[in-house]
Amino acid sequence: MVDNPNNIEIKPGDFEPLDKAAGPDNEKIAAPSLTFGQDVWRRLKSNKTAFTSFIVLILLFLMAFGGQALYHQNPNDQEPKYANLPPKIPGVGIHGLNGHINQSGADVDAYKQAGAGSNVHYILGTDYLGRDLLARIMYGTRVSLEIALIATLIDLTIGVGFGILSGWMGGRVDMFMQRIIEILSSIPSLVVMVLMATAFQKTGMASIIAALALINWTTMARLTRAQTLQLKNQDFILAARTLGESAPKIAWKHLLPNLSSVIIIQTMFTIPNAIFFEAFLSYIGIGISSPQASLGTLISDGQKNFQFLPYQMWYPAIVLIVLMLAFNLLGDGMRDAFDPKSKR
Amino acid sequence: MRKYLLKRIFYLFLTLFIVATATFFLMKLMPGTPLQNEAKLTASEKASILAQYGLDKPVWLQYFIYIGGIFKGSLGLSFQFSDQAVSYLIGSRMGPSMQLGGQAMVVGVIFGIILGAVGAIRKDTWADRLATILSILGIAVPSFVLAILLQYYLGLKLGWFPVAGWEGFAYTILPTLALAASPLAETARFIRTDMVDVLSSDYIELAKAKGLSKFGIVYHHALRNSLIPMVTLIGPLAAALMTGSMVVENIFSVPGIGEQFVKSILVNDYPTIMGVTIFYSALLCLLLLLTDIVYGIIDPRIRLSGNGD
Repeated sequence: MVDNPNNIEIKPGDFEPLDKAAGPDNEKIAAPSLTFGQDVWRRLKSNKTAFTSFIVLILLFLMAFGGQALYHQNPNDQEPKYANLPPKIPGVGIHGLNGHINQSGADVDAYKQAGAGSNVHYILGTDYLGRDLLARIMYGTRVSLEIALIATLIDLTIGVGFGILSGWMGGRVDMFMQRIIEILSSIPSLVVMVLMATAFQKTGMASIIAALALINWTTMARLTRAQTLQLKNQDFILAARTLGESAPKIAWKHLLPNLSSVIIIQTMFTIPNAIFFEAFLSYIGIGISSPQASLGTLISDGQKNFQFLPYQMWYPAIVLIVLMLAFNLLGDGMRDAFDPKSKR
Repeated sequence: MRKYLLKRIFYLFLTLFIVATATFFLMKLMPGTPLQNEAKLTASEKASILAQYGLDKPVWLQYFIYIGGIFKGSLGLSFQFSDQAVSYLIGSRMGPSMQLGGQAMVVGVIFGIILGAVGAIRKDTWADRLATILSILGIAVPSFVLAILLQYYLGLKLGWFPVAGWEGFAYTILPTLALAASPLAETARFIRTDMVDVLSSDYIELAKAKGLSKFGIVYHHALRNSLIPMVTLIGPLAAALMTGSMVVENIFSVPGIGEQFVKSILVNDYPTIMGVTIFYSALLCLLLLLTDIVYGIIDPRIRLSGNGD
């Protein structure tokens, strides 16, 4: 009673035995048990950089694929009299967004000069043919993403299939398949892409996708092969074999789930790579051709006027850089999230 | 070692043979001839021009002539510059490309190592974060965007460097910077990851316990061990430089191979496209072989053997 500061009387009658069945169970795991996916998601969320990149990517995807539903402007509508108008957002007075440009030292309202009414405004300006730049960027981003995603999907299928087959078969087949990879990877990939893109000229998207997919799969194949070699000697695979499971089924049910982290991480680096090469090919003029647009062609078009109208290149370039940054940072985050052993 | 070398050299030739064959037939699939103003030429003029390029023979014979020619160092005649041998074209444009590539590699690798080492030593500080941001930016900003920005802001606006051309060392600075960004970023990332590992290993603890200076530990013990695996990065970096050189040389109008390659693609100069492709592949194959050999020499733990991996 001496140590009781509040002078509370405690009598034996205040206590009663708990019902044992309903009582706390020492064996119970307090936190819900997480699946692998949930665990990865939790770790990814705690990584601020990666999570921000994830949100940015979602926004960019929404802009690219859903933007046209909100912003009704045809990316191919030409309005020659409104060509090369700088960005103008109504009600904003900041130079660079108010439709004014510097013309030999003087501040000029480019919209007035072009004879545009007060209701005409282009949020990101127009290009040399008077096409709405914002609409074109949304459209170009979509084309770039579509190409990169489809190419990555194909490249993933070839790479993973090749890798699993090579690792699983072993022996001579493996030797032969590894030599193929060795030869392919000692050819500068860009040169091959340029060749492919030239060879299938004027087929547009399909040729770029083919060129990208045919070259980039070797890294994926190498990674999956190495992982398959490790996995195939483990007991659970032996058990599946003993039970008479067929090889394709083992690959699908047992190998693939265990390979998933390697595949997902590698994919996160393949996509920005594909985006870069697409932009590169389009930039040098053998990729997407007009009236189609991609980030590469937009940058290439914008570059011509860069000295006088820098916004025409800056905006698509920023979108491309942000896209590459976000994918790379998310990829880094994924690598950490998938590997509980790696400490930052 | 000898057996290994012989095997590697055999594969090198096999690779080049496959590249040559594939490019040859891809180019044969494509439309276009060396004839200019085709409509104005008479039949005999056409025939003589085709004969000059060896295009009058059946495709299989052209193929054997082409492959045979490669062994003699001949890559055929260019379409766009009449009568000019592709091998001469490549040879005369090799200088600027090699100089730019070499400078970019040196600048990129040295600053990359510094950036990566600073990041690893000052892990989780603002210096590390800055180094990481720089290296991620180096990967995310494509070389053509960087080149245009450098050319405009440092070349035109500030006037520090010549905008374009090829007339001396000052002209090499901007293209070198534009090219060096990607090797710099890759090196910095690689060194940082590797050195973080090395710095937490036991022998570094021992060196600390012995009371060595921080610089001594980093320079003598950590960095040297991180540099060994760096050698494997040289192949991919060289490939990236080839990619970069095509646009960077174009933007700064450097008379190099990359610039020629892009031009040839745009005007369908097939012999030059084929020649440059084979040249680039040979260069990369040789570099990969060299790095493997060097790696075996400087890292005693690696034994090069002739029987598989």
